Amino acid sequence: MGGVLIGASAVLLLWLSGRILGVSGIVGGLLAAPRKDRAWRLAFLLGITLGGAALLLIDPSTLPGRLPEPWPIIVLAGLLVGYGVRAANGCTSGHGVCGLGRRSWRSLAAVVVFMTTGVLTAQLVRPLLVGGGS
Amino acid sequence: MRLAAPLLVGLLFALGLGLSGMTRPERVLAFLEFRDPGLLLTMGGAATVTLLGFPLVLRRGRPLRGTFVLPKRSDIDRPLVLGAALFGVGWGLVGLCPGPALTGLVGGSPQVLLFVLAMAAGMFSHHVFTERQPS
Repeated sequence: MGGVLIGASAVLLLWLSGRILGVSGIVGGLLAAPRKDRAWRLAFLLGITLGGAALLLIDPSTLPGRLPEPWPIIVLAGLLVGYGVRAANGCTSGHGVCGLGRRSWRSLAAVVVFMTTGVLTAQLVRPLLVGGGS
Repeated sequence: MRLAAPLLVGLLFALGLGLSGMTRPERVLAFLEFRDPGLLLTMGGAATVTLLGFPLVLRRGRPLRGTFVLPKRSDIDRPLVLGAALFGVGWGLVGLCPGPALTGLVGGSPQVLLFVLAMAAGMFSHHVFTERQPS
């Protein structure tokens, strides 16, 4: 159900605004894109925040709470995600949801790579850094 | 209208992430550890909708407003593979990717805020790095 809503959002944005729903691209464009191309990006971010607020009202347990990882791991993870998605020109939404919908080989390659390193990290590296359980 | 569309879409997207469990890092980690296949259905469902919906939208030739802005590249180059690999490592460490992290900010978790600040720093460092070395 949530998945259908995610896909429908991407189709809606392409239909209404002609844009790809890629969160890292939309955010990254705040730095890289021309000034007049910024307003719609901020509007999308405001929408995400309103959606988060709605979730908070509906069921706060849907939002992330206290993370169990030590803070240096959280900082490292954030840096890797931020740098990685800009280098790869996309993340789970842009390459995953939209890229696969566009039948892009480039996106399929990105998805296979980040799923692989994600699975390996979660299963092999994370237990060493965080300890058992999640 | 120009800004109402992305605002509404952002809201729907965040609701979709929240209702599917993508905004809960423990669910994402369970998925990556093969303990919970639920998110496979979420991602498969989302990609199925775009797979069916995108061709219908693109066939119209233009969106309701403006023009289509689509990625043009099709090559699989080093930055794509290395970037995706680094992203996956960060994702597997805490179970957050950009959309769910930004959606989760309003929950007030200081660790999520820390993650988002680090993510912004990572994006900024890439911006600075590529500005200095135009490819």
